[in-house]
Amino acid sequence: MPWRLLRFVTSGKHPEPQMFTHHDGLKKVYDAVIIGAGGHGLAAAYYLARDHGMTNVCVLEKGYIGGGNTGRNTTIIRSNYITPEGVQFYDTSVKLWQDLSQDFDLNLFYATRGHYTLAHTDAALRTMRWRAEVNKHCGVESEVVGPEELRREIPMMDMSCGGHAPIIGALYHAPGAIARHDAVAWGYGRGADQRGVQIHQQTEVLGIEVTAGRVSGVRTSRGFIATSKVLCAVAGSTPRILDMIGVRSPIYIHPLQAMVSEPMKPWLDPILVSGSLHVYISQSARGELVLGASLDPYELHSTRSTLDFTEGLAAHMLELFPFLSHVKIVRQWAGMADMTPDFAPIMGKTPIEGFYLDAGWGTWGFKATPVSGKTMAHTMVTDTPHPLITGFSLDRFRNYALTGEKGAASVGH
Amino acid sequence: MSNNHRLPRLPGEWIDRAHSIEFEFEGKHFQGFAGDTISSALWASGQRVLGRSFKYHRPRGIFSLANHDVNGMMQWGQKLNVRADVTLLEMGMQLSAVNTFGGLNKDPAKVLNHLSRFLPVGFYYKAFHGKRLFPRWERVFRTLAGLGKVNLSTPRLLTPKDYAFCAVLIVGAGPSGLAAALAAADQGADVVIVDENAQAGGSGGYQIGGELAKREATEALLVRVIAHPRIRLLTGIYAAGYYTDHWIALVDDKKMTKLRAEAVVIAAGSFEQPAVFRNNDLPGVVLGSAAQRLIYRYAVRPMQRAVVLCANADGYRVALDLIVHGVMVAAIVDLRAHHQPCDAEVELAAKGVEMHTGTCIVEALPTPGCSGVAGARIAAFANGVADAATARDIPCDGIVMSVGWAPAANLLYQAGTHMRYDDLVEQFVPDALPPGVFACGRVNGVYDFKARLLDGERAGSAAAAHVGFGEKRSVSVPVELESSSFPWPIVAHPQGKNFVDFDEDLQLKDFENAVQEGFDNIELLKRFTTNGMGPSQGKHSNMNALRILARLVDKHPREVGTTTARPFFHPVPMALLAGRGFHPVRRTPMHLRHAAMGAYFMSAGDWQRPEYYARQHKDRLECIREEVDMVRHGVGIIDVGTLGKLEIIGPQAAEFLERVYVSRYANLKIGMTRYAVMCDETGVVVDDGVVARLAEDHFYFTTTTSGATAIYRELSRLNTQWQMACGIINHTGAFAAINLAGPQSRKVLARVTTLDLSAAAFPYLAIREGKVAGIPARLMRVGFVGEWGYEIHVPAEDGVALWDALVAAGSPFGIRPFGVEAQRLLRLEKGHVIIGQDTDGLTTPFEAGLGWAVKMDKPFFIGQRSLQIVDKQPQRQRLVGFRLDQAHGGPAPQECHLVIHDGAISGRITSIGWSHILCAYIGLAMVTPELAKPDQTFEIRITDGSLVVARVTPTPFYDPEQRQQKEEA
Repeated sequence: MPWRLLRFVTSGKHPEPQMFTHHDGLKKVYDAVIIGAGGHGLAAAYYLARDHGMTNVCVLEKGYIGGGNTGRNTTIIRSNYITPEGVQFYDTSVKLWQDLSQDFDLNLFYATRGHYTLAHTDAALRTMRWRAEVNKHCGVESEVVGPEELRREIPMMDMSCGGHAPIIGALYHAPGAIARHDAVAWGYGRGADQRGVQIHQQTEVLGIEVTAGRVSGVRTSRGFIATSKVLCAVAGSTPRILDMIGVRSPIYIHPLQAMVSEPMKPWLDPILVSGSLHVYISQSARGELVLGASLDPYELHSTRSTLDFTEGLAAHMLELFPFLSHVKIVRQWAGMADMTPDFAPIMGKTPIEGFYLDAGWGTWGFKATPVSGKTMAHTMVTDTPHPLITGFSLDRFRNYALTGEKGAASVGH
Repeated sequence: MSNNHRLPRLPGEWIDRAHSIEFEFEGKHFQGFAGDTISSALWASGQRVLGRSFKYHRPRGIFSLANHDVNGMMQWGQKLNVRADVTLLEMGMQLSAVNTFGGLNKDPAKVLNHLSRFLPVGFYYKAFHGKRLFPRWERVFRTLAGLGKVNLSTPRLLTPKDYAFCAVLIVGAGPSGLAAALAAADQGADVVIVDENAQAGGSGGYQIGGELAKREATEALLVRVIAHPRIRLLTGIYAAGYYTDHWIALVDDKKMTKLRAEAVVIAAGSFEQPAVFRNNDLPGVVLGSAAQRLIYRYAVRPMQRAVVLCANADGYRVALDLIVHGVMVAAIVDLRAHHQPCDAEVELAAKGVEMHTGTCIVEALPTPGCSGVAGARIAAFANGVADAATARDIPCDGIVMSVGWAPAANLLYQAGTHMRYDDLVEQFVPDALPPGVFACGRVNGVYDFKARLLDGERAGSAAAAHVGFGEKRSVSVPVELESSSFPWPIVAHPQGKNFVDFDEDLQLKDFENAVQEGFDNIELLKRFTTNGMGPSQGKHSNMNALRILARLVDKHPREVGTTTARPFFHPVPMALLAGRGFHPVRRTPMHLRHAAMGAYFMSAGDWQRPEYYARQHKDRLECIREEVDMVRHGVGIIDVGTLGKLEIIGPQAAEFLERVYVSRYANLKIGMTRYAVMCDETGVVVDDGVVARLAEDHFYFTTTTSGATAIYRELSRLNTQWQMACGIINHTGAFAAINLAGPQSRKVLARVTTLDLSAAAFPYLAIREGKVAGIPARLMRVGFVGEWGYEIHVPAEDGVALWDALVAAGSPFGIRPFGVEAQRLLRLEKGHVIIGQDTDGLTTPFEAGLGWAVKMDKPFFIGQRSLQIVDKQPQRQRLVGFRLDQAHGGPAPQECHLVIHDGAISGRITSIGWSHILCAYIGLAMVTPELAKPDQTFEIRITDGSLVVARVTPTPFYDPEQRQQKEEA
């Protein structure tokens, strides 16, 4: 048992300080306002304070810390994307992730488990090879593996998929990992709070003041704030915020659902994805199976659950792992994903001076939490897009310069 | 073991004493009766410890006996996490408690109970994250966490699914639910009423305060319900989730039933809530309702000598139930300082039972070994605080708690009900119900028995009226006189072990510490403490957690609010969700012919297609090579029936095609065909095919195999939007199609048709309708493979006859079937692209070398505006043909290997193959424009990292003058 736990016994009182400071009200002026206290918004606040010394910052949150997609996603972290821009960006994120528990002195349960994307068709295997080659080119560990290796590494998997869609290979990505999602938001929130950033929960943004094409303030449910820099990091609510300043984006909101089983003793180490069956699975440190599938196929601004989602996902999962027949699903939920046409995010500057966007995170945002925070902080301070995010600018849609990640993001998230 | 705790036979008991059932638990032999649950049989046999807790491995016994906790969670062969409280006993069961190491009694992990001070709430966030050691710690955590074990050899369980419909669904067949069912059915509605228990009646069957006569009202209702022609009563089935438009998942132990109701009445009752005091989780500390269920359902005496902790009239009734069935009630401890004595209390006083008001239990005293209760330590209790100075011990072997309830409002929340905290009944009650959703009984905050019946009548009548049956009755439901729930049933203790959440082993202190750390709203508190995140999903813990938080942050419970309740109500096995699965497999009419000819099949979407035809003593590559040779030099035949086959008819058919394809079709002559490329709105190529004009207002056209469904759907959508004068028909499955290709194809076809096949009468790219082998057919002279050929489409039912006729007619010419692999190589030799392989999600027709097909001067087509913009920009990439050096000896590049130029990614191989006819590796590659110049060389990096040189080569590689497939100009 680690010596660090001794303090809980030697101390008479619970020896832990408050993670998030209470603030009675909003200040009148902040150097920057961040909308959204999810992982991304808090990470941006953290790096603004830590790396750039900008601490007169507030984070506004309509609900509670990490209550949006940060707390709803299935926590898969990987960098095996298909475009070099994507791979470099997510690889930077993975490297930040690997040190994050130490940086925060908070155990995020960041567990490198390895990640397999199963191929059931020649066409899928071709895409795997493409991704593997681009990954290797960018120095990221990925390789195409054959059925023999899969049989060796995941011996309990039915390689024939019940005879319906035999597995012919996979993309293996050794750095693939999972983490405790809520703790990530807490870690960034605590780190930002300790450096002077104010986090205001239950504070809704009602409007954004723009004067002569520049941001001048934010109207909230708790009063007006004057500021010249605003970062919007609100995942599924992006269109609502953009409406406030009259900026158009090609974002459509689709629900993404997931479900979780009762805990069981460990039997599955790696993370598995099957694009053909539209399912993915990992086993958490608590022993639950965390299961997901592809997006709901229609636009909807809601986090309602559907029964057919659980039926289809269970049916496909039992093809891979028939022995899960008696395993019980305990809970299902949904998040709102802001989808972009090319399955890449929208980051950086907007036509409104001082208004920065961190959006279009669709189903792939959690893994980018550290790097989005870091690059958005840089972008806000220098008013110049960070070199890693130039491929993700809002104007790429106008310019037909898309960053096509559909092949690597559509089910794998 | 003997049934030494079994009571004498009780009227209405659920067990069948004529059928005894032998089973094993933890290696020991036990006996119970049919109708027993695992827990009731074990309890009857004196087995108090049914399992160990999740975190501290504390012994646990019966607590709710209602699946509101998971103290008794068992492994039964391949079944894991079996809920012992509600799982019926079966002969020969071999059971063990989950989450122990080496058995329930030994379990060395029980040492964790003594280390709990090291392990406060969230301890795992505060340590173990050293980079080097975390993986090992994670393994330790994973081994300790988790409950049952999955048996990896468990077979797939295929289960049926059922569908049902009704006017009014009633969830819960307790007193209020039964009353609601009768009211709704009497007004003419067709009613389904479901209950998760093995028998209906709910609390009306056991909360009777010692008098069996009190059951009569419920029993009378039940008789009427069963006899009612419009009511279907289903027991042993639970409503697992509510979904949009009254779509309810009903789950029993064999299947899932999906029921669509016109209205839903939630009469799900309430979960009895524990009091929080030290050692409140010891085996022998039970909820009042659990004690009553033990007695009246299973005829089991819960204990010998009880202390009853109460804060409502229910508790006094439980005491009567206990006394009547031979339990000595040592004392009744009432948390309330003042209250109006109920009838039961008066009766108990008359019997001389020791009673204390304004008193709490501060601690359950354990037996040596901590496997049971030895006594209750009670103390004066005022303003939510126990006075330790007044503490005294009362010996007992069981503690019964009846201090409050929480509504079983899960489905109400899922349906979108707004709930409010009612100060009178100290619980959340529905405030605004969605249309068609009704609530009655305890979930609605109504506790008095007669009031519940009235409330059920009110809700049932309103539900029936909502769906058009009868008039909503005006029923006045009396207001509750007192609260059945105590606002603060929680007692602090310096040594803790006063549990709030039994699933997760959360003590009172854990909540205090979490709030101290800043997790001071209900959602954050839940996530940091994991309260309510265990298998019972907070049924017994959410209410107390809310009360604790409210007190800690000095707010009213209403301001604290609740967390979101999501499906499922109880966990659902994956097999029941999955059912039998659905795996459409499509076969063309000629499938059996292919199989007989040795076809090796591959999947193409849902379709099965011959990849190649195996021949004796020849390997795959040889077979494919021979198939290619036969097409190039003789005649081959391929089944292309998987192509999408659409027809469009109407005055605006040509106009419609002009809009959805990039080429021009208004000027297509009748009897001719034209290649067709489709783009999406961003100008990206999404599909291709051939459009044929049969008449001025009539076109027949094909799509790719993989695109068929999506294209038909999209065209239908567009036609709905545009409202053009044309109709689209999908013939994909209705037509068979065969491609006859090769220099001898005309001679073969001539033997089975009277059509004039001369070049003048049936030129290249023409379509003709006529009979082939007596079958009405459409024939197109098109050639994906680059030889003289005919694509012949006939009704699906004639496909086999056509195939046989062509094979017979071709046999003098050595005709052979060829598969998808040969076709892929044949088309590659011609440089034809495969959409989706040679193009990707961003490829424009200009980049794919299909610019010639795009008619930018048309007034409109989908993607035109984007292509106009893209066309003005410098091209980023281009598809080119390439050839490897003839001398190339090492491993060949594969599709999707990258083109590397100056150390950067400059493209990728999209297709490659060995052409034995050209004696070279040929392929297509998407490269940057600088590498796309004629005769340019570029380097391909293969898997081992080495570079292979390729040279840009014009396409077609084979027969560039197109002499093979069309007549001389």
